[in-house]
Amino acid sequence: MIRLEQVSKVYKTSTRPALENVSVQVDKGEFVFLIGASGSGKSTFLRLLLREEVPSKGRVYVANFDLTRMARRRVPRLRQSIGCVFQDFRLLANKTVAENVAFALEVIGKPRHTIRKVVPEVLELVGLEGKAGRMPHELSGGEQQRVAIARAFVNRPLMLLADEPTGNLDPDTSQDIMLLLERINRTGTTVLMATHDHSIVDSMRRRVVELDLGRVVRDDARGVYGVGR
Amino acid sequence: MRASFVFSEVVTGLRRNITMTIAMIITTAISLALLGGGLLVVRMIDKTKTLYQDKVEVSVFLTNDISASDSGCVNDPCKGLQAALRADPAVEEVAYENRQASFERFKRIFEAQPELVKLTRPESLPASFRVRLKDPDRPEVITQAYSGKPGVDNVVDQSEFLDRFFNALNGFRNMTFAIALFMAVAALLLISNTVQLSAFTRRTEVGIMRLVGATRWYTQLPFLLEAMVTGLIGALLAIGLLVLLKMSFLDDVLADPIKANVVRSVDGIDILLVSPWLMLVALGISAVTGYVTLRLYVRT
Ligand SMILES: Nc1ncnc2c1ncn2[C@@H]1O[C@H](COP(=O)(O)OP(=O)(O)O)[C@@H](O)[C@H]1O
Ligand SMILES: [Mg+2]
Repeated sequence: MIRLEQVSKVYKTSTRPALENVSVQVDKGEFVFLIGASGSGKSTFLRLLLREEVPSKGRVYVANFDLTRMARRRVPRLRQSIGCVFQDFRLLANKTVAENVAFALEVIGKPRHTIRKVVPEVLELVGLEGKAGRMPHELSGGEQQRVAIARAFVNRPLMLLADEPTGNLDPDTSQDIMLLLERINRTGTTVLMATHDHSIVDSMRRRVVELDLGRVVRDDARGVYGVGR
Repeated sequence: MRASFVFSEVVTGLRRNITMTIAMIITTAISLALLGGGLLVVRMIDKTKTLYQDKVEVSVFLTNDISASDSGCVNDPCKGLQAALRADPAVEEVAYENRQASFERFKRIFEAQPELVKLTRPESLPASFRVRLKDPDRPEVITQAYSGKPGVDNVVDQSEFLDRFFNALNGFRNMTFAIALFMAVAALLLISNTVQLSAFTRRTEVGIMRLVGATRWYTQLPFLLEAMVTGLIGALLAIGLLVLLKMSFLDDVLADPIKANVVRSVDGIDILLVSPWLMLVALGISAVTGYVTLRLYVRT
């Protein structure tokens, strides 16, 4: 599903590589935590999978795409098979909950009758069935993140990438979001979540890939956050 | 491609930056109106030229005493001059116009100004030879040969007057084109600026579109269409301006010369013929500017 082969990434404006000789494979249906201190390269890792960035060295494969050789016009296809959520939710403030979710389908040209059918379904899945008509500012942080997850999942992607999705949430709400991500994972969707939240990683006992200054320092099948190397 | 989605994006975009949109429409309209004005002058020049084609003449005006005494050109020096002109290899045709005929023509030309006709006596108009040349571009052959000959008062090369007349029209045309160009640069910068502003105000939206896998068409077409719609509105406004200008100004100013067959008028047809070009130019420029701006300034 995801394969990085000896990937290095050096940003033009910096001297230190953000990722250095990273090789990781993630299979279909896995749930993987990507951990490490701030600046260790977690977001860069995820951006490479979305082809927001291209590696300086090495190869990246996602689904059946070879991202290093991919033509630019095929990037939308890749992104349609990946769902994304972020720490800052990234909702459109002038659209309702349902419109925010529908937007993701409208802009990839899905027919209206499909949108009308699947948007309520996914809102029910994330537990927001009663709040379709609310504006984002009328929701709590946890609810906003649920909308973002609904938007990421509505097109039934093969994988869900989450970049510190609980970074702005209190522990209880974070736990709810984790349950939701687990539920999504159980539908067969691969989930890759970057975080530096110890308690979440420790309580889930899932695969942990740890980055330190751009290098993979640990890859545990059933890991805890631990104390680093 | 969902047309309704793109359409609603365009409308919101235009309304969100309403002041920029208006500035863009006005500059585009003025620059296009000037361009259109220039094109209309070109058409007017062309039509007026056909009016004078193979009519360019050199007039050899005779002295006052010949004009008074020899209305049939039967005595020398009139008779001799006529013979010489007829024999001249540069000359195509010679017609003698005596004082009375000259006055008749004068009356015809200034038919629209009866006061002027009333004030003019036949005695103030000279008799003349009206000479048509084999090569209308070389009137100096006749001017040089006949100026100062006995019985000749002066030789007037009509094409000289026409040249000056057309030069004035050409100058006017060039001026409108030049101002149109300056305005077009302003319009161009405004379009580019508006597209950037529009893309900036919608960066969150565009960011999400890119993340969920929207194609370039979806992310950029709204901006491009926004620019093109304003361009088109500008063009329509420009056409309206031209029609207004023709009806309220040009028709009055040119009424007399048109009646006297000195110039050809600008018709509604002319504006109709120029209009599609204005719209095409507007659409072309706004599309290209929008596209280039998106390429240069907006990440895809
Ligand atoms: N767009 C960028 N340009 C230059 N350097 C960057 C950019 N993004 C990240 N970096 C650098 O790359 C390193 C890894 O950053 P990042 O992947 O964001 O780490 P994390 O998400 O783990 O905090 C950091 O040193 C950061 O400063
Ligand atoms: Mg990060």
